Amino acid sequence: MAMQVTFNGVSADYNYGPIRSPLVLQSVDLNVTSGAFTAVVGHTGSGKSSLLKAMNGLLVPTEGVVTVGETEIKPGKNKKALKEVRKKVGMVFQFPESQLFAETVEQDICFGPINFGVSLEEAKKIANHVISQVGLDVSILEKSPFSLSGGQKRRVAIAGILAMQPDVLVLDEPGAGLDPKGKREILSLISQWHKTRSLTTILVTHDMDDVALYADDVIVMEKGRVVLHEEIREFFNDEEKLARLHLEVPEARSFQLTLEHELGIKLSRVCLTVEELADALIEVGLA
Amino acid sequence: MPPLIEVTNLSFSYNHLIDEETLTNVSFTVQKGEWLAVVGHNGSGKSTLAQILVGLLSPQKGRVMLAGQVLNEESKWGIRQKIGIVFQNPDNQFIGTTVQDDVAFGLENINMSYEEMQTRVEEALKMVEMSSFQFHDPSRLSGGQKQRVAIAGIVALRPSVIILDEALVMLDPASRRKLLQTLQMLKEKEGLTIISITHDMNEAATADRVLMMKSGKVVKTGTPKCVFGDELELEPPFAEALRRTLLKRGRSVPQVYMTEKEMVQWLCK
Repeated sequence: MAMQVTFNGVSADYNYGPIRSPLVLQSVDLNVTSGAFTAVVGHTGSGKSSLLKAMNGLLVPTEGVVTVGETEIKPGKNKKALKEVRKKVGMVFQFPESQLFAETVEQDICFGPINFGVSLEEAKKIANHVISQVGLDVSILEKSPFSLSGGQKRRVAIAGILAMQPDVLVLDEPGAGLDPKGKREILSLISQWHKTRSLTTILVTHDMDDVALYADDVIVMEKGRVVLHEEIREFFNDEEKLARLHLEVPEARSFQLTLEHELGIKLSRVCLTVEELADALIEVGLA
Repeated sequence: MPPLIEVTNLSFSYNHLIDEETLTNVSFTVQKGEWLAVVGHNGSGKSTLAQILVGLLSPQKGRVMLAGQVLNEESKWGIRQKIGIVFQNPDNQFIGTTVQDDVAFGLENINMSYEEMQTRVEEALKMVEMSSFQFHDPSRLSGGQKQRVAIAGIVALRPSVIILDEALVMLDPASRRKLLQTLQMLKEKEGLTIISITHDMNEAATADRVLMMKSGKVVKTGTPKCVFGDELELEPPFAEALRRTLLKRGRSVPQVYMTEKEMVQWLCK
């Protein structure tokens, strides 16, 4: 079951004993509708990862309320709410493979479900299922996660999150460091899960091609604030706005702009993929 | 001129018990001032190769020479002053409690004077645009900021060779482009040699030479044009992808690899 995620005037900082960081989230208002595939973009240090952490209760607001489904996270202690929210929101961190810890892949994947009260037998069944879902052979379940290659580790780590059967999936650059094929596989897998399980998915990425290919809408962050939240076609339509935000466009769009500039003409539509661009070029007789 | 790096018949296996080599008979050379992009799927042995080049792993067979010196247990300490590596995950190499301490760590290790160290740290942080973060705790920076600090730590040492092991993946595209330009500038001005392990084919397309690895073997080396032109297994740079798409639709595009510039020109004809 998908869930809505809302932020109401949320500010937050990192606070370790007496040291407080500057605000990493500043009065964020946000509404991610249930079942949406939302991309979060912005420069390094703009607060993307912090935004995700706030959805999972790893970063508790100093002001405002984060609501996931029916659960509210408010400033102060939220023990019960945090437990609930972590069951609902599956979080894949940057380089999730660094969280692998168990002796075998199977134990690693089973850890999450067992913690949330699933029986060992049931957890093993789930592990069996998710490992093939992430494109790995079941024989890998017996291996040590540390003997695997980087790409395989990444898949195992993601499988561990999927095994918890979350309603909301938040991912922080799940494709970073994977080869293009591996990256595409991981993302299409996530996209498939998103559809078949009707999840609410929030993806942090720097790659505008990922945004163009998978997302319904996009959130732009700047210095801890959400400065834009739009549907993707609308978003990529306005070059001036993108330039103002110092954001890139997908490769196809960028090529289109270079070409249009050279030729002094405009193609009839905004092309976000190589196929769309090829179609548009053939249509106007350029190729 | 003899090559700066000469790798001959390198073979490596992580586990002697299993008859499976991570690297098999790898040979190649890198000239001084060259930008070499190393591409290939995950698990093809790229990172293992990088770790052998800096002496973190020692090969079972074969030899690495850097500036005429054979890399071995005795020479590796000296050689590491000439060759620096930036890892994919910067958390794996942070040491200092502030950004500037972290960048200074490598310099302290080579007994640099305090004044010189100060200039070098300042310079390096400026280069990666992290000057305003010099007193921050590196562990609390964002992913992309961490990668920049890690790069500054190596740049400050002024090595003759920098190995980037997917070291720019967490940067946003604009910062990545800027940092690549900075490195390009160092390469041109100081003759810095760069070995960049990357999955970004558009980046690889701008390298002097591309080395493609597959299952632990070097399957192809050459200019980007020659490697991307006939290696259908690699994800091509965008212009090449467009060429292939148009070709598939029966359009009369040229039969050979095209750079972005060539493609734009052809479309404008």
